[in-house]
Amino acid sequence: MQKSGKIAVLGDRDSVELFVAAGADIYDASTEFEAIDGLKKLEASGYAVVFVTENIAALVPKQIEAVKSKPFPVVIPIPSAAGSNGFGMAGVKRDVEKAIGADILFSGSAGK
Amino acid sequence: MARLAVNPTRMELRRLKTRLKTAERGHKLLKDKSDEMVRRFLSYVRENKRLREEIEGDLADAMRSFMLTRAVMSGEELKQTLCLPARTVDVKTDLENVMGVEVPVVEITETKSSGDTLPYSPLSATSDLDVAVEKISALMEKLLRLAQVEKTCNMLADEIERNRRRVNALEYVMIPQLNETIKYIVMKLDENERGALVRLMKVKSMITPDS
Repeated sequence: MQKSGKIAVLGDRDSVELFVAAGADIYDASTEFEAIDGLKKLEASGYAVVFVTENIAALVPKQIEAVKSKPFPVVIPIPSAAGSNGFGMAGVKRDVEKAIGADILFSGSAGK
Repeated sequence: MARLAVNPTRMELRRLKTRLKTAERGHKLLKDKSDEMVRRFLSYVRENKRLREEIEGDLADAMRSFMLTRAVMSGEELKQTLCLPARTVDVKTDLENVMGVEVPVVEITETKSSGDTLPYSPLSATSDLDVAVEKISALMEKLLRLAQVEKTCNMLADEIERNRRRVNALEYVMIPQLNETIKYIVMKLDENERGALVRLMKVKSMITPDS
């Protein structure tokens, strides 16, 4: 069944402000607790896609992991204004290791 | 390997043989499913990696332009400039079935409220802001594609792991156990038969007069 949803961006103020122009709803969080609260709130209010900046996502890896098994909301780490800290790529890498048992994608560019 | 606690009877033997057949078939099916899931997962995860690399580059560009604007304009001014977005992005969401896993499909349905991509008058902000806004607007579609692909990867990886557990449980626990139990019952039945035969021979020799 088709549903319509909205997009939210959660992160530090510097990073998220720009997303207003792209039509997403923004929520700022700078501490671990704000991030946990924010994620809970966004999940409850039925956002389909939640982008979380990597610096904030790195503070709450457990909460990010917890929503991974459900189809919605889609919680995706994105680079923040300060650039990428590798949290998102680490997630991709972990998926590969989980599914295949060995890291076959990143062996060339080690550690990325 | 431990054998199951069952009575060594023919009924039980028949039942176990059917179970073994089912287990073997299930094992083969699950193994095939696992292979196909891994194949699909690989194509998804490659796309995921490529998209993420692209987005990391593009987003950094957009953010850099935005930072330049921030350096020139005050926070309040900037907020005011951006507070009425020229478009609102909504998404249509659906579920898709990939190898028995329900994964989300996210489709962009954007509604423009004005013809321009810029939500403000070009005079009121720096050109860096224009660049940043244009870039981020163009990036939205890619971001949503990333969201969909990455979620699919997450869920497929989970399912592959779960499926592998099932395959291993069948291969290394269920099937050997069933084989062991079947063997045990067959031996026991054979032994009983031999016992009965010997008893018969013994009785016969007892009742026939010595020649």
